Amino acid sequence: MPEQLLHATHKWKNLFKSATTSLLKNRMRSLLTALGIIIGVGAVIVMVSIGQGVRANIQGRISSMGANLLTVSPVRAMTGGVSQQATRNTLKPEDAEALRAQVQELEAVSAVTQSRQQVVSRNGNWNTTIQGGDPSYFDIRNWTLDTGRTFNESEVRGRAKVAVIGQTVVTQLFPNQNPIGQQIRIGTVPFTVIGTLEEKGSGFGGNQDDVVIAPWSTVLYRLSGERYLQSINVSAASPDVMAVAEARIQSVMRVQHGLQTGQADDFEVQNQADLLETASSVTQTLTLFLGAIAGISLLVGGIGIMNIMLVSVTERTREIGIRLAVGARGSDVLEQFLVEAVMLSLAGGILGMGIGVGLAALVTNLMGMPLVISPLVLLIAAGFSGAVGVFFGYYPARKAAALDPIEALRYE
Amino acid sequence: MSHPIPHTDVIRTERLERVYPGAEPVHALRGIDLRIQRGEFVAIMGASGSGKSTLMNILGCLDTPTKGEYWLDGVAVSGLSRDERADLRSRKLGFVFQGFNLLARTNTLDNVLLPLLYDRKRRIADPEASARRVLDRVGLGDRLDHEPSQLSGGQQQRVAIARALVNDPTLILADEPTGNLDTRTSVEVMALFQELNAEGATILLVTHELDIARYCSRAVELRDGLIIHDAPIANRRDAAADLTMLQGNTGLGAVHSSIFSSHA
Repeated sequence: MPEQLLHATHKWKNLFKSATTSLLKNRMRSLLTALGIIIGVGAVIVMVSIGQGVRANIQGRISSMGANLLTVSPVRAMTGGVSQQATRNTLKPEDAEALRAQVQELEAVSAVTQSRQQVVSRNGNWNTTIQGGDPSYFDIRNWTLDTGRTFNESEVRGRAKVAVIGQTVVTQLFPNQNPIGQQIRIGTVPFTVIGTLEEKGSGFGGNQDDVVIAPWSTVLYRLSGERYLQSINVSAASPDVMAVAEARIQSVMRVQHGLQTGQADDFEVQNQADLLETASSVTQTLTLFLGAIAGISLLVGGIGIMNIMLVSVTERTREIGIRLAVGARGSDVLEQFLVEAVMLSLAGGILGMGIGVGLAALVTNLMGMPLVISPLVLLIAAGFSGAVGVFFGYYPARKAAALDPIEALRYE
Repeated sequence: MSHPIPHTDVIRTERLERVYPGAEPVHALRGIDLRIQRGEFVAIMGASGSGKSTLMNILGCLDTPTKGEYWLDGVAVSGLSRDERADLRSRKLGFVFQGFNLLARTNTLDNVLLPLLYDRKRRIADPEASARRVLDRVGLGDRLDHEPSQLSGGQQQRVAIARALVNDPTLILADEPTGNLDTRTSVEVMALFQELNAEGATILLVTHELDIARYCSRAVELRDGLIIHDAPIANRRDAAADLTMLQGNTGLGAVHSSIFSSHA
């Protein structure tokens, strides 16, 4: 047994050596041939890493927002599978009042509205999103104040023209200035800056610091001129009462909207798990799509390897003849060419992994997401590239092994 | 797998025939009976089309006869599979070709090591030591790192001879080994073959040149697939002596005529 083992080691060492030599003799050709595999594997690594990064990021954000967060948003009424009503016109400010008054399980309730506006200061001009909310909005959405103060209940009731601004807006409108107490104009309405928010960094869905927060009443009635809310954010008192709170919200909302028994809800209550599911289904679709592209590129890469191996077999017909003459079996020649093809595709795979990891690191860094590289994915990528080599290298290798030594030796 | 025939002939054939099939079948060999004993140095001669290449391919276990029997060192070859013939080549044969057939861009040592890659039974315990030994034997012990393109034709053929020796074969088959060499280098190569033969090697050499056949000990002549002449060489030449003459003389032409005057 040890002698057989020794022989096998000896044999594989020689196969490895001869394959390396042969591939290095045609460096440029080997590199170009492996390019398909490099791109395929690189694409797989990049897309899986980004997908996982996005997931981790969403999970991180959701847990930072608190597991107790529930979102009430309008839903299109459906009749016979056809969307009947446009969204955004079912949630009224009174709904938020009713939830606050009638659902004991809730700790905080905030009406939410949004408007995209041009914001102008003496020194700058910036287009950004104005978010309207209640004073509790800052807690519910996990905003921390950097300087100044947030607005209070009476300012919400009075539709006060006060604003709390994010760090990006600070940089754009008040370079090297203290923004507190300064006047800005949002759309055509003058506001006073009363506070600034701590930096959150950018993430999935854009730069989180590019924001202005004002009382919802001011945003709704003075800026966007609408009557309906975009959503209502609430936080339950504890994770244990989430289910009860959801049910209570639903019944209160149905009464508020005067829905009869049998009529469908014109709103929906989503918890964080629902949101996560939505987000992952989007990334999953993206992953599948990119996976298909990667698969096609691996296929094309494999065909490239088969092509160049066929060329190589023809070019080296004489060499094959010599090897057969001095005692090589057909299986020896088959192994030699198969090892060469697998080595080519495996080298391409490893190079592709390196490039993929590099690109993924770059992209996730730019998007402000964590870089997640799973060893399993690397292993699968390596396995796949090796399999491509075996699959596409087999036919040329068989062709080489079947050569007649006499003909091969005579080949010019 | 060995046929139970108790004899010590390196080669023995009985009524060997080879027909290339086709619209008009070609009878390349029509019944060859040949016996070659250990230590012989045999020249197979004949014009092109005489069947000597076909015979060489069959004796080299590269081809199989259509009819007849062939024993190589006591092993019946006729019924063997492709793999079994490959193993037999690996164990018992060494090839030297007209065009050298060395691997390009591969150094001398690796070229000589090539047959031992397929030495399944590990008959040669230390391949590299064996390769160095045979390269020393052919006088190229100092050229281990040279690639074929850096060697002269004569040196390349000596590498090929070393390659044929490295697996310690029963029989060396040389197919027109001097065909691509000039006169002087040819004589050098034949001197080497004569030395190896003197040391006990059995050599079968295919040639169409009488001058080359004269260095062998026996000549077998083929015509139209049949042996028409099989006899010891009457006035065998000593290649080493011819080489000395070549070195001593001033004009190559004069030497050439003096060596080969017999058939001029």
